Amino acid sequence: MAGKLDLDPRIVARARALAVRAGQPVVDIARSHTTVSVERAVLRLAGVHGADSDGIPWVNRLVDAVRADVGLGHGVAVPVFHAAAATGVDDLTVLAQKAAAGAVRFDVPEKKAEVTAARRRAKKSAADGLKIVDRRRAERDRLIKRYGDPQQRPWIYLIVATGDIYEDIPQAQAAARAGADVIAVIRSTGQSLLDYVPEGATREGFAGTYATQENFRLMRAALDVTSKELGRYIRLTNYASGLCMPEMAALAGMERLDMMLNDSMYGILFRDINPIRTFVDQRFSRQVHARAGIIINTGEDNYLTTADAVDAAHTVTVSQLLNEFFAHEAGLADWQLGLGHAFEINPDLPESFRMELAHALLAREIFPDAPLKWMPPTKHMTGDVFRGNLLDGFFNLVGALTGQGILLVGMMTEAVVTPWISDRDIALQNVRYVLNGAGNLHEDFVPAPGGFIRNRANQVLGEAIELLERIVDDTLMEAIADGTFGLMKRPATRGKGLDGVAKQDADYYNPVTEALEA
Amino acid sequence: MSIVRPYGDTTGDGMVQLSFTLPIPHDKRAEGAAIQLANKMGMDPALLVHAKPMGDGFTFFVVYGKVSHLVDTEKVQIVERDFPLLSAKEVNAVIKRKLRRRLNVVGACIGTDAHTVGIDAILNLKGIAGEKGLEYYAELSVTNMGAQVSVPELVETAREQKADAVLVSQVVTQRDAHLHNTRAMSAAFREALPAGKRPLLIVGGPRFDELMTADLGVDRIFTRGTTPREVASYLVHALIGSKA
Ligand code: B12
Repeated sequence: MAGKLDLDPRIVARARALAVRAGQPVVDIARSHTTVSVERAVLRLAGVHGADSDGIPWVNRLVDAVRADVGLGHGVAVPVFHAAAATGVDDLTVLAQKAAAGAVRFDVPEKKAEVTAARRRAKKSAADGLKIVDRRRAERDRLIKRYGDPQQRPWIYLIVATGDIYEDIPQAQAAARAGADVIAVIRSTGQSLLDYVPEGATREGFAGTYATQENFRLMRAALDVTSKELGRYIRLTNYASGLCMPEMAALAGMERLDMMLNDSMYGILFRDINPIRTFVDQRFSRQVHARAGIIINTGEDNYLTTADAVDAAHTVTVSQLLNEFFAHEAGLADWQLGLGHAFEINPDLPESFRMELAHALLAREIFPDAPLKWMPPTKHMTGDVFRGNLLDGFFNLVGALTGQGILLVGMMTEAVVTPWISDRDIALQNVRYVLNGAGNLHEDFVPAPGGFIRNRANQVLGEAIELLERIVDDTLMEAIADGTFGLMKRPATRGKGLDGVAKQDADYYNPVTEALEA
Repeated sequence: MSIVRPYGDTTGDGMVQLSFTLPIPHDKRAEGAAIQLANKMGMDPALLVHAKPMGDGFTFFVVYGKVSHLVDTEKVQIVERDFPLLSAKEVNAVIKRKLRRRLNVVGACIGTDAHTVGIDAILNLKGIAGEKGLEYYAELSVTNMGAQVSVPELVETAREQKADAVLVSQVVTQRDAHLHNTRAMSAAFREALPAGKRPLLIVGGPRFDELMTADLGVDRIFTRGTTPREVASYLVHALIGSKA
């Protein structure tokens, strides 16, 4: 597929190098801080589970108790495992219950031997948790071998969003039977701002279903049954973004989710979560995804709903490059990078379709080994569902012509409702028609040298480089504060969840990071 | 002419099209059931032109047919714009002359709804459809609280800012979230402030019914395609009286 735009490889390399320089200071911040959710994820991997009678998870109670006694800067592992040994309570969930009742006090042991002993036990527990993640990954590999991958690219990605996991399951199974390769369960509104992960099977979400460990398990089990029935491994997706990215990643790894929405800036821009909190959480969560063999989906498509898709096309490229750098730095491989982009140009503009093709092909050629995630029109969808179906057809055609990896199926009723069963069926029919009739058209499609598409792609790349140069000079945090992405202005000193961030002390210890970076 | 019927290709033919799903597998009985529904909805004759099985036990139908209902355009209930549409200059002039201070507006998208594009279109300088938002009006003082704002926060800010008007946006409508949130908001203002001190309450969003003001406890509802100028003109009309 490479080489259709005649991009200068030196310019592409320069863009990548600039992204590394722009991103590195943020990585440095991420490496020197921790958050309540990072620490809770450590405890989840160490086996703490369940919630109190108010539905507050024991990991929250335990982290809060440790924090009240010694702060977060040492990491919770040493104080928790030291207290476990000192009180003789080996089961950490029981320890959390006692701590919540005020019956345990935490401290950082002064004796070196005690610290070493606590670290050793923490390391062992974390390793046990990661073993579950490893087993799940091996299980996925086995099942894919047994049932097989989808026969075509792009993989067909469909959303279910009833709010009730027991409604979602039959809908997801029906969607898979109708041709979906990937099922995403959208989360309830408001979940991304909860500073805890709800527990148990849930039936009462708004415009989506709560992401819980039990809901993950139920849906994965149901899709395993369907995979067997269809002879095709059906992948399951959920959302990491929000205040609990690290824990979502840990739970997804332990329940064999296959993809996670994990954008480095989505929470900042679209949920007003504090930038530092997000970057710290994001790095840890991506390290866990890397280990779990999970494919991440980034969220550049969203910028084009608040900013203009032509004017801001280069911000998508810049963000993809940053997402790629952050992902590589966290240990993810190219096959795990579902970098996002979208068909969001105003259809009333002259040449809108040619520009869409140029942008999509640009992403394809800059990231030849990433399974790009191609997102459908949403912003310019209206109540005119007939026109919407036509736009979705053209969107599908761009997907086929430019070799996209994952195609999120667009719904003609996008502006009206969360999808009805018939919307999904009509949308899949649209995708099938295009892939069947034009799936190999990319073999014949080469934009003319010096033509509109090549020029436009090169122009966007040029603008991306200019913007990256500015970001390197001003810092990424400043760029985010200035509204560079999606026109949302998010200063590093503001936003939700900042109080859950702490600087790492010299003796900070995190057995999971240690294992993941080994 | 105040009596009309749907138009297919001939005046008075009454032709409409309808699509829906029934939760039954596709067979002759299912097709009959679809026609029965169409008949009960007033389509007679009803012509079933498409039936397609979906998944286990669902069938999608498209039905064309003639309806006998007559529509009287005189009897339609709508909220007509009952205020003059002013230019930004006129809005500023009225406020300056009659209110003699800036008019305070507080806006937010409340509840767990994170959609800001609609309220920003009305409030932010950038505006929408070629019109600048309320921030552009020199005599309006605008506080845009953004999205996912809780009702208590909104009431508090409205009080602090001495808001003359509160503008609330609601886009997510699943399980009637927009109606519940709006009722909670108007109730909170009624509780927090006595009648004379309460700001003008305005809600907007693409799926509101403009006729529901009394039910929701608000002064005005704006829906799809609203522009900032309409809102500014209404503010002046409702708070000051727009006779310039
Ligand atoms: C952009 C968008 C987003 C962006 C929002 C970015 C942002 N910062 O706003 C992102 C990607 C973040 C997003 C997220 C979600 N979205 Co969304 N999103 C849309 C989309 C594509 C466009 C909405 C939009 O911007 N319209 C343009 C503006 C200008 O129009 P408007 O809002 O109608 O506003 C106008 C009028 O209504 C009026 N108005 C509006 N508010 C007010 C207020 C006042 C005071 C006044 C006077 C007038 C007024 O004036 C405005 C200008 O004319 C729609 C689909 C569509 N095409 O409509 C879905 C849609 C609204 N989203 C939807 C959903 C479900 C979600 C999610 C909940 C999905 C999920 N479960 O994760 C999340 C939101 C999470 C949350 N907590 O809310 C659904 C809502 C379904 C429903 N009816 O309940 C829609 C319809 C898509 C769908 N079919 O599923 N979304």
